Amino acid sequence: MSLLEIEDLSLSIGGTRILEGVNLSVERGQVMGLVGESGSGKSLTALSVMKLLPDAARPEGRLTFDGIDLLDAPEAAMSRLRGEKIGMVFQEPMTALNPVKTIGEQVAEGIRWHTGANRAAAEARARAMLERVGLPERRFPLTRYPHELSGGQRQRVVIAIACALQPKLLIADEPTTALDVVLQAQILDLLRTLVRENGMGLLLIAHDLAVVAEMADRVSVMRQGRIMESGETVRTLTALKHPYTRRLAEASTHVPERTRHTAPAEVATLLRAEDVTKDYPVRQGGLFRRKRPFRAVDGVSFRIGRGECVALVGRSGCGKSTLARMVLALEKPTHGTIRFEGETIEDKDEAALRPLRRHMQVVFQDPYGSFDPRHRVERLVSEPLHLLDERPERARQRTLVAEALEQVGLKPSDMEKYPHEFSGGQRQRIAIARAIITRPRLIVADEPVSALDVSFRAQILDLFAELQRQRDLACLFITHDLTVARAVCDRIMVMDEGRIVESGTPEGVLNRPATTAARALVDAAPDLQRAIDRRAARSG
Amino acid sequence: MSLDPVAAPPRERPLLSRALANRSFVLGLAVTVTVTLVALISFFWTPYDVTDLQVSNRLQGLSLAHPFGTDHMGRDILSMIMIGARNSIAVAMVAVGIGMGVGVPLGAWAAAKGGFADEALMRANDVVFAFPSLLSAVMITAVFGPGAVNAIIAIGIFNVPVFARVARGAALALWPREFILAARAAGKGKVLITVEHILPNIASLLLVQGTIQFALGILAEAGLSYLGLGAQPPMPSWGRMLFDAQTRLAVAPHLALIPGLAIVVTVLGLNLLGDGLRDVLDPRLRRVR
Repeated sequence: MSLLEIEDLSLSIGGTRILEGVNLSVERGQVMGLVGESGSGKSLTALSVMKLLPDAARPEGRLTFDGIDLLDAPEAAMSRLRGEKIGMVFQEPMTALNPVKTIGEQVAEGIRWHTGANRAAAEARARAMLERVGLPERRFPLTRYPHELSGGQRQRVVIAIACALQPKLLIADEPTTALDVVLQAQILDLLRTLVRENGMGLLLIAHDLAVVAEMADRVSVMRQGRIMESGETVRTLTALKHPYTRRLAEASTHVPERTRHTAPAEVATLLRAEDVTKDYPVRQGGLFRRKRPFRAVDGVSFRIGRGECVALVGRSGCGKSTLARMVLALEKPTHGTIRFEGETIEDKDEAALRPLRRHMQVVFQDPYGSFDPRHRVERLVSEPLHLLDERPERARQRTLVAEALEQVGLKPSDMEKYPHEFSGGQRQRIAIARAIITRPRLIVADEPVSALDVSFRAQILDLFAELQRQRDLACLFITHDLTVARAVCDRIMVMDEGRIVESGTPEGVLNRPATTAARALVDAAPDLQRAIDRRAARSG
Repeated sequence: MSLDPVAAPPRERPLLSRALANRSFVLGLAVTVTVTLVALISFFWTPYDVTDLQVSNRLQGLSLAHPFGTDHMGRDILSMIMIGARNSIAVAMVAVGIGMGVGVPLGAWAAAKGGFADEALMRANDVVFAFPSLLSAVMITAVFGPGAVNAIIAIGIFNVPVFARVARGAALALWPREFILAARAAGKGKVLITVEHILPNIASLLLVQGTIQFALGILAEAGLSYLGLGAQPPMPSWGRMLFDAQTRLAVAPHLALIPGLAIVVTVLGLNLLGDGLRDVLDPRLRRVR
């Protein structure tokens, strides 16, 4: 009998059917991958197993874990199961930990609660567990607080909490979506080792087929609350029998058609950065202690030609976003110069920057945070029109907004709506409409597709390629994912610890990375085909 | 994929129907509206003239002619309560107005400016906070003379740092958000961004704080006029009525009970209104049912 057996699970919330006849099973010592787009019901399936559903949810069907019927189990029995027999890892390591407790306390807490061990014994086990997930006590004392750790380290703590009691089943809900590709590879590796060593079952939820192909023994594809297809991973992902599975696979390997600027040296320079450095003051301990600066960007020089698309690739925290903000004149460099169309921007005040701002616009990562929730799309998209010498009157403004919306594939009538009425992908289109409305020469896109599902990602990449072709638009495309960079860019710059360490054509960097930083990114880049090949070779 | 348990959020109910379903909001609103109406009516009509002293009628109990009785000078207590409501509301309203009018721009400016200006303003705030507000109000009215206007100014001054702090805190949380960055990339200056994006997004918070400060203002006014530093006789005020009732507590307890109840009911109503408003306006506190 399987470790976890979900039979004909249906779920409705307030009269709306969310899940419909879901069948799924997880075996001991195996990884079940559950793939689907946002809103397909993956997370709710996981929460049903934990019985952590919202009050209004009405589950039906059968959920059997290790011979126990979960739907009939009383809350007290569930509390004992959760954490001890079933562990869970959430997506966002920033919010999954309690900020006022040390990591040692947080790992030990569950051990004490479930086993009744005394403080010392629980702490010893916590220490061993943290060591196990790659946080040895020498370098990461148990007295550290979550904010003293990086995102990847925090996710390790979350995994340590979930696995501290060697649960029989671990549910990981998008455990690596909030992390950069290198950390993603490390965390996946850790999960795989834990599965092998402890013989636990893993239900891995992801929207990225490449992640699942890498990890799972079997895979289930979910859409709109139903399981579309289920089967052994390599066979399912090579045969692509179900049309939806095929669509997902195509989206995740999608490369937009575009003509490349072959000789970037010949085009006129649009943007040139010379020896740009940014220091941030860091408060060390007390209020009156001396401030020691932290160097986020360290002597960076580069150029972008007219109409050229350049990718800035690096791990999170390497200084990419700081550099982007300096290019956009939202922050001033500590020293160095940035010229846009030959004019320096770092020494100008807001009034002098106005004519330049019109020609450089921005698209951010988070399609939820980049709009004022209280404004309608018309007002949001027309915001940069403020930069034109003469602000167009209302009727003209509406035509411009309508044109911009049509360009990004939305309807002109959408301008009457509020941002929350759109999906993540559509919001990113609105963000792009806002960026192109002044007909800029440069768009700085800071991780524009990292928060999106694969299908939306493919569409947005297509849109970028399309806009570049039509408008001769230069683009500084910031990402941690080399696959994405290769898809839309003429040139790749690799950034590491504040410096640009390598730069070249996408093929050059991807096939022959010269530095360790670039190689780490290349190795970790999720690639569906490569993952399948590797799996097939491994199983012989 | 977020952890939000509801995949496709159903459309939110409109603000009004959400507000009407909130019991503390409805109750608070009812009390506040009633008190305000009573105060407004007192401008045109009161059962008796409160400057008309009829010592022969003094210290009467509750009766049909005088529903709340009369005081030691024979004035009708109902009429005094009505005019007292007008007085309390006017003082509290203007004081909150001063607090918001000065505090919110200061706080928003500090958040936008950052650095030394911010630090200096907030430390100045701390200094004002450090004085017990009633004591300082006593000081101000003692120096400039007692009276409703000086009471308003004194209470107003102590509302400024409250609003400055709330506005600054909320604005600071908004400044690093991407939609603000986008507005800056669109070339908008800090003043324009504050007016267009920051203030509308912190308005609900300020409104809630406003109702709470309003209630505190009414209490402070009662306190000041109890000490004889608020509205001067013959203008009746709730605090003064309490003071006058004090020596006659054994003979005529209703003299103290009625203005006391008026204060309690008004403050309670405003606090309920504030709580309700917060639940209605702040989506983070809304439960998924």
